[in-house]
Amino acid sequence: MLRFALTRILMSVPTLLIVSVAVFGLIRLIPGDPASLMLGDLATPASIADLQARLGLDQSVPVQFGIWFGNLLKGDLGQSINSQQAVLPLILQRFWISAQIVLVAVALASLVAVPAGVLAAWKQDTSLDLSLVAVATLLLSIPTFWLGLLLLLFFGLKLEWLPVVGYVSIAENPLAGILYLVMPIMTLFLHEIGVILRMARASTLEVLRLDYITHARAKGLTESAVLWNHAFKNAFGPTWTLIGLVLGNLLGGIAVVETVFTIPGLGRLLVDSIFARDYPVIQGCMLFVAFTYVLVNLVIDLCYPIFDPRVTAQ
Amino acid sequence: MRLPAPNALVGGTLIGFLAIVASVSALWTPYDPLRLSFRAKLAAPSAMHWLGTDEFGRDVLSRLMAGAATSVWISLLTVALAVSLGTVIGLFSGYVRGWVDRTIMAFNDALLAFPGILLALGLLAVVGANKYGIILALGIAYAPSVARIVRGTVLSLREREFISASRVMGNSEAFTMLRHILPNCIAPLTVLATSMFGWVLLAESSLSFLGLGVPPPAPTWGNMLAGSRPYIGQAVWLGIFPGLCISLTLLGINLLGDALRDKLDPRMRGAR
Repeated sequence: MLRFALTRILMSVPTLLIVSVAVFGLIRLIPGDPASLMLGDLATPASIADLQARLGLDQSVPVQFGIWFGNLLKGDLGQSINSQQAVLPLILQRFWISAQIVLVAVALASLVAVPAGVLAAWKQDTSLDLSLVAVATLLLSIPTFWLGLLLLLFFGLKLEWLPVVGYVSIAENPLAGILYLVMPIMTLFLHEIGVILRMARASTLEVLRLDYITHARAKGLTESAVLWNHAFKNAFGPTWTLIGLVLGNLLGGIAVVETVFTIPGLGRLLVDSIFARDYPVIQGCMLFVAFTYVLVNLVIDLCYPIFDPRVTAQ
Repeated sequence: MRLPAPNALVGGTLIGFLAIVASVSALWTPYDPLRLSFRAKLAAPSAMHWLGTDEFGRDVLSRLMAGAATSVWISLLTVALAVSLGTVIGLFSGYVRGWVDRTIMAFNDALLAFPGILLALGLLAVVGANKYGIILALGIAYAPSVARIVRGTVLSLREREFISASRVMGNSEAFTMLRHILPNCIAPLTVLATSMFGWVLLAESSLSFLGLGVPPPAPTWGNMLAGSRPYIGQAVWLGIFPGLCISLTLLGINLLGDALRDKLDPRMRGAR
């Protein structure tokens, strides 16, 4: 187990390193002097020269990367051109807003979709199975920004049950804060039900065809014992991995939902920075989300043996 | 003859309809999708304008048709770019093997560590947000998944007898790759390209919705939805129809993708 965990942790180090190289290289692809880019239009020659020296622009590219990576390890992602704020605290503040939406939505979606998917597989090819798959495929096909718009139209404008757009911190005003988050969470929740249900169904189907399930049935176990005690544990593995991927993908694509509901989250920060050509923030957001994605998948993999101890044996 | 599976039938119909609408719109739309008419501002659906008009009095149906053409073209070109780029990288990497292969694949896998449209967003910041920027950014962003599949196929095939036979017959390594290995990548690539068309269409709509896609006044489903937001209370149709178009297209692709996977992926045979 310890060996498995250590190997898995070590395996993510090269990925993180290459992700850093890619993000470092990406901004360097933009024509022009990186120091002037990083400081924006209002920079003075003196401040550009100062930053050029700090970035080591008179030295070779590997040395420049070394300096940049050293700062990264210290948590120094530079300064926003627009707000002059340090990038990392800015990102963390926005990340918390996006993370609470994504985490709650995916947790709720898993609670509904995993049992529903197992049920669909168990009742394969019945009308229950077909309708569950149809609903899932439909939910999967509706883009989140349109689903959000429809919810907003219905619950916000027509029924007037929920506040339409905006964001209030839960810490400041718990009730209003939750009300503002209901629709964004519901949007992602509905969409991810489709994704997770189909996966849970497919992996359960694969397990149900195996010999040990036939054996369990032959022993005279009840169907629910076969399903939940024998099939479910093995079938949940792939779905668990998918949940990790979903978490990361949502974080990478949450900008559209945040745009629909005008929520000042991480996705909106990235998009606004692209509009404003605020390169230090763009770079910081990309690194932060990619690192988070790698870490989430690492944690997911480390938890995997809880359901399926076989992975530690290899 | 056996009837095609119901998901293939429904998916095929939806995508076929999209293809027809996109082609027709190149020749004819009910109105000029760009013509402003302030007298017909925010008109509800009627016999004159079947799907109503927008805040500038432009005909929504005409704009949806023109938007279909734009979305289909961008998606097709992007998938073509991603598949060619990924195939070249995958074939080369699987062919040379050794440390070059490992380096390329390490980099490739690291690019896959950028979730969702994040990599495309980053690339758009570099290449600029416009039609060609989107194709380039999304094409590069989706190439790594193609490279991975092609390389996997190359590695699994190159030790097989028919490949050795081709070598023994004196065929060059390059000829063997193109004549015998590449055709075997087509089945998995077809499944991938079908799903990818859906991902790209969704990504393109998302980017247009964010204002990072095809710039207005040219209509795309994504920027029409974005433009509808301020008026959605008084002109519901502006927010309904473009989203319906995107959803039906994605539904068609998903159904078609499922049908293709059932047919081409031997692991799924007998699963239904």
